[in-house]
Amino acid sequence: MKPKAFDYLKVSSAEEALAALAQGGEDARIIAGGLSLMPMLNFRLAEPSVLIDISKIDSLNYIRETGGSVEIGAATRQADLMRWDGLERKLPLLHAACPYIGHYQTRAKGTVCGSLSHADPSSELPLCMAVLGGEVDLQSATGKRTLAADQFQTGMLSTAKQTGEMLVAARYPTAKSGEGYAFTEMAQRRGDFAIVALAAVVNANKIKLGIGGVADKPTVREWDVLEGDALDDALNEFAWDLGGYDDIHATARYRRELVRRLGRRVIEEAKSCRS
Amino acid sequence: MPQLSKDVRHTVTLTLNGDVVSGYAEPRMLLSDFLTHEIGITSCHVGCEHGVCGACTVLVDGTIMRACLTLAVQAEGTTVETSESLASDDNELSELQLAFKKHHGLQCGYCTPGILMSLTAYLKETPKPTEEELRDMLSGHLCRCTGYVGMVKAVLDYCENRTDG
Repeated sequence: MKPKAFDYLKVSSAEEALAALAQGGEDARIIAGGLSLMPMLNFRLAEPSVLIDISKIDSLNYIRETGGSVEIGAATRQADLMRWDGLERKLPLLHAACPYIGHYQTRAKGTVCGSLSHADPSSELPLCMAVLGGEVDLQSATGKRTLAADQFQTGMLSTAKQTGEMLVAARYPTAKSGEGYAFTEMAQRRGDFAIVALAAVVNANKIKLGIGGVADKPTVREWDVLEGDALDDALNEFAWDLGGYDDIHATARYRRELVRRLGRRVIEEAKSCRS
Repeated sequence: MPQLSKDVRHTVTLTLNGDVVSGYAEPRMLLSDFLTHEIGITSCHVGCEHGVCGACTVLVDGTIMRACLTLAVQAEGTTVETSESLASDDNELSELQLAFKKHHGLQCGYCTPGILMSLTAYLKETPKPTEEELRDMLSGHLCRCTGYVGMVKAVLDYCENRTDG
Protein backbone atom coordinates (compact mmCIF):
# COMPACT_ATOMS: atom_id res chain seq x y z
CA MET A 1 0.00 0.00 0.00
CA LYS A 2 2.96 2.32 -0.49
CA PRO A 3 3.99 3.54 -3.94
CA LYS A 4 7.14 2.32 -5.59
CA ALA A 5 9.88 4.96 -5.61
CA PHE A 6 9.69 7.67 -8.27
CA ASP A 7 11.19 11.06 -9.00
CA TYR A 8 8.93 14.08 -8.52
CA LEU A 9 8.82 17.30 -10.48
CA LYS A 10 6.45 20.18 -9.80
CA VAL A 11 6.20 22.30 -12.94
CA SER A 12 4.92 25.83 -13.38
CA SER A 13 3.97 25.84 -17.06
CA ALA A 14 2.49 23.48 -19.64
CA GLU A 15 5.67 23.81 -21.74
CA GLU A 16 7.74 22.67 -18.80
CA ALA A 17 5.43 19.72 -18.25
CA LEU A 18 5.62 18.68 -21.91
CA ALA A 19 9.41 18.95 -21.95
CA ALA A 20 9.59 16.77 -18.85
CA LEU A 21 7.16 14.28 -20.39
CA ALA A 22 9.31 14.07 -23.52
CA GLN A 23 12.40 13.52 -21.43
CA GLY A 24 10.73 11.07 -19.06
CA GLY A 25 9.65 8.68 -21.81
CA GLU A 26 6.98 6.05 -21.42
CA ASP A 27 7.21 5.77 -17.64
CA ALA A 28 6.59 9.46 -16.93
CA ARG A 29 3.13 10.27 -15.62
CA ILE A 30 1.23 13.50 -15.14
CA ILE A 31 -0.40 14.06 -11.75
CA ALA A 32 -2.98 16.79 -11.12
CA GLY A 33 -5.45 16.05 -8.31
CA GLY A 34 -4.13 12.53 -7.78
CA LEU A 35 -7.54 11.12 -6.89
CA SER A 36 -7.29 8.47 -9.61
CA LEU A 37 -3.54 8.10 -9.96
CA MET A 38 -2.57 7.99 -6.28
CA PRO A 39 -4.67 4.88 -5.52
CA MET A 40 -3.06 3.26 -8.58
CA LEU A 41 0.35 4.14 -7.15
CA ASN A 42 -0.53 2.94 -3.66
CA PHE A 43 -1.69 -0.39 -5.10
CA ARG A 44 1.35 -0.44 -7.39
CA LEU A 45 -0.90 -0.80 -10.39
CA ALA A 46 1.10 2.12 -11.80
CA GLU A 47 4.84 2.38 -11.29
CA PRO A 48 6.03 5.55 -12.99
CA SER A 49 9.66 6.61 -13.05
CA VAL A 50 8.77 10.27 -12.64
CA LEU A 51 5.63 12.13 -11.57
CA ILE A 52 5.09 15.52 -13.18
CA ASP A 53 2.81 17.64 -11.01
CA ILE A 54 0.70 20.12 -13.01
CA SER A 55 -1.67 21.04 -10.18
CA LYS A 56 -0.16 24.51 -9.70
CA ILE A 57 -0.17 25.61 -13.34
CA ASP A 58 -2.59 28.53 -13.33
CA SER A 59 -2.84 28.66 -17.13
CA LEU A 60 -4.32 25.14 -17.11
CA ASN A 61 -6.89 25.99 -14.45
CA TYR A 62 -9.84 27.51 -16.31
CA ILE A 63 -13.38 27.02 -17.56
CA ARG A 64 -14.30 29.04 -20.64
CA GLU A 65 -16.77 29.04 -23.49
CA THR A 66 -15.30 28.51 -26.94
CA GLY A 67 -17.55 28.32 -30.01
CA GLY A 68 -20.36 26.02 -28.93
CA SER A 69 -18.40 24.24 -26.21
CA VAL A 70 -17.20 24.73 -22.69
CA GLU A 71 -13.48 24.12 -22.44
CA ILE A 72 -11.99 22.87 -19.20
CA GLY A 73 -8.26 22.99 -18.50
CA ALA A 74 -6.15 20.11 -17.24
CA ALA A 75 -5.74 21.48 -13.72
CA THR A 76 -9.41 22.41 -13.18
CA ARG A 77 -10.98 20.60 -10.29
CA GLN A 78 -14.37 18.94 -10.28
CA ALA A 79 -15.41 21.25 -7.42
CA ASP A 80 -14.51 24.27 -9.61
CA LEU A 81 -16.79 22.92 -12.35
CA MET A 82 -19.61 22.40 -9.83
CA ARG A 83 -19.23 25.98 -8.62
CA TRP A 84 -19.04 27.46 -12.14
CA ASP A 85 -22.06 29.74 -12.46
CA GLY A 86 -22.77 28.74 -16.07
CA LEU A 87 -23.00 25.04 -15.32
CA GLU A 88 -26.78 24.60 -15.08
CA ARG A 89 -27.51 26.74 -18.15
CA LYS A 90 -24.61 25.71 -20.42
CA LEU A 91 -23.99 22.12 -19.36
CA PRO A 92 -27.23 20.84 -17.82
CA LEU A 93 -26.15 17.21 -18.23
CA LEU A 94 -22.99 17.83 -16.22
CA HIS A 95 -24.99 19.83 -13.70
CA ALA A 96 -27.08 16.70 -13.16
CA ALA A 97 -24.07 14.35 -13.18
CA CYS A 98 -21.56 16.22 -11.00
CA PRO A 99 -23.15 15.35 -7.63
CA TYR A 100 -22.62 11.68 -8.48
CA ILE A 101 -18.85 12.09 -9.00
CA GLY A 102 -17.14 10.56 -5.97
CA HIS A 103 -17.76 12.55 -2.82
CA TYR A 104 -17.59 16.17 -1.68
CA GLN A 105 -14.16 15.31 -0.27
CA THR A 106 -12.78 13.86 -3.51
CA ARG A 107 -14.27 16.46 -5.87
CA ALA A 108 -12.40 19.16 -3.95
CA LYS A 109 -9.13 17.99 -5.45
CA GLY A 110 -9.97 15.58 -8.27
CA THR A 111 -9.78 17.14 -11.74
CA VAL A 112 -12.10 16.84 -14.73
CA CYS A 113 -9.30 15.96 -17.15
CA GLY A 114 -7.80 13.53 -14.64
CA SER A 115 -11.03 11.57 -14.57
CA LEU A 116 -11.12 11.55 -18.39
CA SER A 117 -7.50 10.36 -18.56
CA HIS A 118 -8.11 7.64 -15.99
CA ALA A 119 -10.96 6.36 -18.21
CA ASP A 120 -12.79 4.28 -15.66
CA PRO A 121 -15.75 2.64 -17.46
CA SER A 122 -18.18 3.67 -14.71
CA SER A 123 -17.05 7.30 -14.35
CA GLU A 124 -19.51 10.09 -14.91
CA LEU A 125 -17.32 12.63 -16.75
CA PRO A 126 -16.24 10.28 -19.58
CA LEU A 127 -19.87 9.14 -19.98
CA CYS A 128 -21.13 12.72 -20.31
CA MET A 129 -18.36 13.46 -22.81
CA ALA A 130 -19.31 10.39 -24.86
CA VAL A 131 -23.02 11.15 -24.98
CA LEU A 132 -22.55 14.86 -25.73
CA GLY A 133 -19.91 14.14 -28.38
CA GLY A 134 -17.16 16.20 -26.77
CA GLU A 135 -13.48 16.22 -27.58
CA VAL A 136 -10.09 16.47 -25.91
CA ASP A 137 -6.82 18.17 -26.83
CA LEU A 138 -3.68 16.08 -26.52
CA GLN A 139 -0.45 17.99 -26.59
CA SER A 140 3.16 16.86 -26.75
CA ALA A 141 6.43 18.74 -27.04
CA THR A 142 6.16 18.42 -30.83
CA GLY A 143 2.50 18.97 -31.60
CA LYS A 144 -1.14 18.96 -30.67
CA ARG A 145 -4.07 16.87 -31.83
CA THR A 146 -7.75 16.81 -31.04
CA LEU A 147 -9.65 13.59 -30.56
CA ALA A 148 -13.39 12.99 -30.32
CA ALA A 149 -14.57 11.28 -27.12
CA ASP A 150 -15.07 7.89 -28.77
CA GLN A 151 -11.60 7.98 -30.32
CA PHE A 152 -9.98 9.05 -27.06
CA GLN A 153 -11.27 6.41 -24.67
CA THR A 154 -10.34 3.03 -26.10
CA GLY A 155 -11.35 0.70 -23.28
CA MET A 156 -11.15 0.05 -19.56
CA LEU A 157 -8.61 2.47 -18.05
CA SER A 158 -7.11 2.97 -21.49
CA THR A 159 -7.03 5.88 -23.89
CA ALA A 160 -5.40 6.83 -27.19
CA LYS A 161 -2.98 9.12 -25.34
CA GLN A 162 0.55 8.26 -26.40
CA THR A 163 3.92 8.56 -24.72
CA GLY A 164 4.84 12.21 -24.38
CA GLU A 165 1.27 13.44 -24.69
CA MET A 166 -0.73 15.26 -22.05
CA LEU A 167 -4.46 15.85 -22.01
CA VAL A 168 -4.42 19.66 -21.83
CA ALA A 169 -8.10 20.49 -22.27
CA ALA A 170 -11.53 18.89 -22.61
CA ARG A 171 -14.49 20.40 -24.45
CA TYR A 172 -18.09 19.61 -23.63
CA PRO A 173 -20.66 20.89 -26.19
CA THR A 174 -23.03 23.44 -24.69
CA ALA A 175 -26.76 22.82 -24.41
CA LYS A 176 -28.78 23.38 -27.56
CA SER A 177 -32.30 24.74 -27.58
CA GLY A 178 -34.88 22.03 -28.06
CA GLU A 179 -32.76 19.42 -26.27
CA GLY A 180 -33.41 17.88 -22.88
CA TYR A 181 -30.80 16.26 -20.67
CA ALA A 182 -30.93 13.85 -17.77
CA PHE A 183 -28.52 11.74 -15.74
CA THR A 184 -28.91 9.04 -13.15
CA GLU A 185 -26.97 6.14 -11.75
CA MET A 186 -27.25 3.19 -9.41
CA ALA A 187 -24.48 2.52 -6.91
CA GLN A 188 -24.28 0.54 -3.67
CA ARG A 189 -23.96 3.78 -1.75
CA ARG A 190 -23.86 7.42 -2.79
CA GLY A 191 -20.44 8.16 -4.26
CA ASP A 192 -19.46 4.56 -4.92
CA PHE A 193 -18.56 3.45 -8.41
CA ALA A 194 -21.70 3.18 -10.51
CA ILE A 195 -23.09 -0.27 -11.19
CA VAL A 196 -24.84 1.39 -14.10
CA ALA A 197 -24.70 5.10 -14.99
CA LEU A 198 -27.04 6.58 -17.57
CA ALA A 199 -27.04 9.87 -19.48
CA ALA A 200 -29.74 10.86 -21.95
CA VAL A 201 -30.04 13.62 -24.54
CA VAL A 202 -33.40 14.02 -26.28
CA ASN A 203 -34.51 16.44 -29.00
CA ALA A 204 -37.54 16.60 -31.31
CA ASN A 205 -36.22 13.82 -33.57
CA LYS A 206 -33.66 11.78 -31.70
CA ILE A 207 -33.00 10.00 -28.43
CA LYS A 208 -29.41 9.47 -27.40
CA LEU A 209 -28.60 7.24 -24.42
CA GLY A 210 -25.15 6.65 -22.97
CA ILE A 211 -24.42 3.84 -20.54
CA GLY A 212 -21.45 3.60 -18.21
CA GLY A 213 -20.40 0.78 -15.90
CA VAL A 214 -21.50 -2.12 -18.10
CA ALA A 215 -19.20 -2.34 -21.14
CA ASP A 216 -15.46 -1.55 -21.00
CA LYS A 217 -16.12 2.08 -21.88
CA PRO A 218 -19.12 4.41 -22.11
CA THR A 219 -21.40 3.24 -24.90
CA VAL A 220 -23.83 5.50 -26.73
CA ARG A 221 -26.82 4.51 -28.82
CA GLU A 222 -29.08 6.77 -30.83
CA TRP A 223 -32.64 6.17 -31.95
CA ASP A 224 -35.34 8.09 -33.71
CA VAL A 225 -37.86 9.17 -31.14
CA LEU A 226 -39.54 6.03 -29.80
CA GLU A 227 -42.45 5.54 -27.45
CA GLY A 228 -44.09 2.73 -25.54
CA ASP A 229 -43.23 -0.85 -26.46
CA ALA A 230 -40.87 0.22 -29.23
CA LEU A 231 -38.73 2.07 -26.68
CA ASP A 232 -38.80 -0.92 -24.32
CA ASP A 233 -37.68 -3.20 -27.14
CA ALA A 234 -34.89 -0.85 -28.13
CA LEU A 235 -33.67 -0.61 -24.53
CA ASN A 236 -33.80 -4.38 -24.14
CA GLU A 237 -31.71 -4.86 -27.26
CA PHE A 238 -29.21 -2.25 -26.06
CA ALA A 239 -29.02 -3.91 -22.64
CA TRP A 240 -28.10 -7.26 -24.21
CA ASP A 241 -25.69 -5.73 -26.71
CA LEU A 242 -23.67 -4.11 -23.91
CA GLY A 243 -22.45 -7.57 -22.87
CA GLY A 244 -22.48 -6.96 -19.13
CA TYR A 245 -20.91 -9.47 -16.78
CA ASP A 246 -21.38 -10.74 -13.23
CA ASP A 247 -19.11 -9.32 -10.56
CA ILE A 248 -19.07 -8.82 -6.82
CA HIS A 249 -21.39 -5.78 -7.10
CA ALA A 250 -24.11 -7.05 -9.42
CA THR A 251 -25.10 -9.77 -11.83
CA ALA A 252 -25.22 -9.22 -15.58
CA ARG A 253 -28.97 -9.77 -15.39
CA TYR A 254 -29.39 -7.02 -12.80
CA ARG A 255 -27.33 -4.67 -14.97
CA ARG A 256 -29.56 -5.37 -17.96
CA GLU A 257 -32.60 -4.70 -15.80
CA LEU A 258 -31.12 -1.36 -14.71
CA VAL A 259 -30.46 -0.38 -18.32
CA ARG A 260 -34.08 -1.20 -19.22
CA ARG A 261 -35.74 0.45 -16.22
CA LEU A 262 -33.48 3.41 -15.55
CA GLY A 263 -32.96 3.88 -19.29
CA ARG A 264 -36.67 4.46 -19.70
CA ARG A 265 -36.76 6.76 -16.67
CA VAL A 266 -33.80 8.89 -17.73
CA ILE A 267 -35.14 9.25 -21.28
CA GLU A 268 -38.56 10.32 -19.98
CA GLU A 269 -36.88 12.84 -17.70
CA ALA A 270 -34.80 14.25 -20.55
CA LYS A 271 -37.95 14.55 -22.69
CA SER A 272 -39.80 16.37 -19.95
CA CYS A 273 -37.08 19.00 -19.54
CA ARG A 274 -36.58 19.81 -23.22
CA SER A 275 -36.19 23.55 -23.55
CA MET B 1 11.48 23.56 -8.70
CA PRO B 2 14.19 21.00 -9.54
CA GLN B 3 13.32 17.37 -10.08
CA LEU B 4 13.36 15.57 -6.73
CA SER B 5 15.25 12.30 -6.90
CA LYS B 6 13.50 9.15 -5.72
CA ASP B 7 16.49 7.96 -3.70
CA VAL B 8 16.90 11.08 -1.60
CA ARG B 9 15.05 12.19 1.48
CA HIS B 10 14.12 15.79 0.83
CA THR B 11 13.36 18.43 3.41
CA VAL B 12 9.67 19.28 3.52
CA THR B 13 8.62 22.36 5.46
CA LEU B 14 5.01 23.30 5.99
CA THR B 15 2.83 25.19 8.42
CA LEU B 16 0.94 22.69 10.55
CA ASN B 17 -1.85 24.09 12.72
CA GLY B 18 -0.03 27.42 12.90
CA ASP B 19 3.46 26.10 13.58
CA VAL B 20 6.21 25.81 11.00
CA VAL B 21 7.42 22.21 10.98
CA SER B 22 9.98 20.31 8.92
CA GLY B 23 10.78 16.71 8.20
CA TYR B 24 12.30 14.47 5.58
CA ALA B 25 10.47 12.68 2.82
CA GLU B 26 11.30 10.67 -0.26
CA PRO B 27 9.04 11.70 -3.16
CA ARG B 28 6.91 8.58 -2.67
CA MET B 29 6.12 9.32 0.98
CA LEU B 30 2.44 9.96 1.58
CA LEU B 31 1.40 13.05 3.49
CA SER B 32 -0.41 10.81 5.96
CA ASP B 33 2.82 8.97 6.78
CA PHE B 34 4.80 12.21 6.88
CA LEU B 35 2.45 13.82 9.40
CA THR B 36 2.37 10.72 11.56
CA HIS B 37 5.91 9.39 11.43
CA GLU B 38 8.03 12.45 10.65
CA ILE B 39 6.13 15.18 12.47
CA GLY B 40 4.54 12.99 15.11
CA ILE B 41 0.92 14.08 15.21
CA THR B 42 -1.65 11.43 16.08
CA SER B 43 -4.84 12.58 14.37
CA CYS B 44 -4.13 11.67 10.73
CA HIS B 45 -5.49 8.14 10.78
CA VAL B 46 -4.88 5.69 7.99
CA GLY B 47 -7.73 3.34 7.16
CA CYS B 48 -7.75 2.23 3.54
CA GLU B 49 -4.88 4.14 1.95
CA HIS B 50 -6.71 4.59 -1.32
CA GLY B 51 -8.98 7.52 -0.64
CA VAL B 52 -12.15 5.65 0.23
CA CYS B 53 -12.50 5.69 4.01
CA GLY B 54 -11.73 9.36 4.73
CA ALA B 55 -9.96 8.78 8.07
CA CYS B 56 -6.87 10.72 6.91
CA THR B 57 -8.77 13.78 5.68
CA VAL B 58 -6.93 17.06 6.34
CA LEU B 59 -7.04 20.60 4.98
CA VAL B 60 -4.17 21.74 2.75
CA ASP B 61 -4.29 25.49 2.06
CA GLY B 62 -7.95 25.32 3.08
CA THR B 63 -8.82 22.61 0.55
CA ILE B 64 -10.02 19.30 1.82
CA MET B 65 -7.73 16.43 0.93
CA ARG B 66 -7.13 12.78 1.55
CA ALA B 67 -3.64 12.80 3.08
CA CYS B 68 -3.14 9.25 1.77
CA LEU B 69 -3.63 10.51 -1.79
CA THR B 70 -1.27 13.44 -1.34
CA LEU B 71 2.51 13.27 -1.39
CA ALA B 72 4.47 14.93 1.37
CA VAL B 73 6.58 16.75 -1.23
CA GLN B 74 3.39 18.19 -2.74
CA ALA B 75 2.66 19.82 0.62
CA GLU B 76 5.95 21.72 0.69
CA GLY B 77 5.25 25.33 1.65
CA THR B 78 1.55 24.77 2.28
CA THR B 79 -0.61 25.33 5.32
CA VAL B 80 -1.96 22.09 6.72
CA GLU B 81 -4.73 21.84 9.29
CA THR B 82 -5.56 18.69 11.21
CA SER B 83 -8.03 18.08 14.01
CA GLU B 84 -5.38 19.11 16.56
CA SER B 85 -6.22 22.65 15.46
CA LEU B 86 -9.82 22.46 16.64
CA ALA B 87 -9.50 22.57 20.42
CA SER B 88 -8.26 25.78 22.03
CA ASP B 89 -4.70 26.09 23.33
CA ASP B 90 -5.85 25.15 26.83
CA ASN B 91 -7.53 22.00 25.50
CA GLU B 92 -11.11 23.28 25.54
CA LEU B 93 -13.00 21.30 22.90
CA SER B 94 -14.54 23.30 20.06
CA GLU B 95 -18.31 23.61 19.87
CA LEU B 96 -18.40 21.09 17.04
CA GLN B 97 -16.37 18.61 19.07
CA LEU B 98 -18.62 19.17 22.10
CA ALA B 99 -21.67 18.49 19.94
CA PHE B 100 -20.10 15.19 18.82
CA LYS B 101 -19.51 14.32 22.46
CA LYS B 102 -23.03 15.25 23.50
CA HIS B 103 -24.77 13.30 20.71
CA HIS B 104 -22.57 10.23 20.74
CA GLY B 105 -21.15 11.16 17.34
CA LEU B 106 -18.17 8.92 17.91
CA GLN B 107 -17.44 5.60 19.49
CA CYS B 108 -13.98 4.24 18.75
CA GLY B 109 -12.99 7.62 17.33
CA TYR B 110 -10.84 6.36 14.49
CA CYS B 111 -12.81 8.11 11.73
CA THR B 112 -13.61 11.19 13.81
CA PRO B 113 -10.62 13.48 13.07
CA GLY B 114 -11.16 13.17 9.32
CA ILE B 115 -14.86 13.82 9.66
CA LEU B 116 -14.26 16.89 11.83
CA MET B 117 -11.87 18.31 9.21
CA SER B 118 -14.36 17.64 6.40
CA LEU B 119 -17.03 19.41 8.42
CA THR B 120 -14.69 22.32 9.11
CA ALA B 121 -14.40 22.97 5.37
CA TYR B 122 -17.95 22.00 4.48
CA LEU B 123 -19.73 24.13 7.08
CA LYS B 124 -17.86 27.21 5.88
CA GLU B 125 -19.42 26.72 2.43
CA THR B 126 -22.75 25.38 3.69
CA PRO B 127 -23.40 26.76 7.18
CA LYS B 128 -26.91 25.28 7.50
CA PRO B 129 -27.06 22.00 5.60
CA THR B 130 -30.25 19.96 5.47
CA GLU B 131 -30.04 16.46 6.87
CA GLU B 132 -30.00 15.07 3.32
CA GLU B 133 -27.14 17.36 2.27
CA LEU B 134 -25.26 16.47 5.40
CA ARG B 135 -25.69 12.73 4.88
CA ASP B 136 -24.55 13.13 1.27
CA MET B 137 -21.39 14.86 2.46
CA LEU B 138 -20.80 12.27 5.20
CA SER B 139 -20.92 9.54 2.53
CA GLY B 140 -17.29 10.48 1.92
CA HIS B 141 -16.35 8.91 5.27
CA LEU B 142 -16.65 5.41 6.63
CA CYS B 143 -17.66 4.97 10.27
CA ARG B 144 -18.25 1.40 11.43
CA CYS B 145 -19.46 2.23 14.96
CA THR B 146 -22.09 4.93 15.02
CA GLY B 147 -24.27 4.42 11.98
CA TYR B 148 -23.84 8.18 11.45
CA VAL B 149 -27.02 8.95 13.40
CA GLY B 150 -25.20 10.64 16.27
CA MET B 151 -23.02 12.60 13.90
CA VAL B 152 -25.99 13.94 11.97
CA LYS B 153 -27.70 14.98 15.22
CA ALA B 154 -24.49 16.58 16.45
CA VAL B 155 -23.94 18.64 13.33
CA LEU B 156 -27.56 19.76 13.03
CA ASP B 157 -27.54 20.76 16.71
CA TYR B 158 -24.25 22.59 16.27
CA CYS B 159 -25.47 24.46 13.19
CA GLU B 160 -28.62 25.51 15.04
CA ASN B 161 -26.99 26.64 18.26
CA ARG B 162 -23.41 27.56 17.46
CA THR B 163 -21.92 30.72 18.93
CA ASP B 164 -18.50 30.40 17.29
CA GLY B 165 -19.44 32.20 14.06
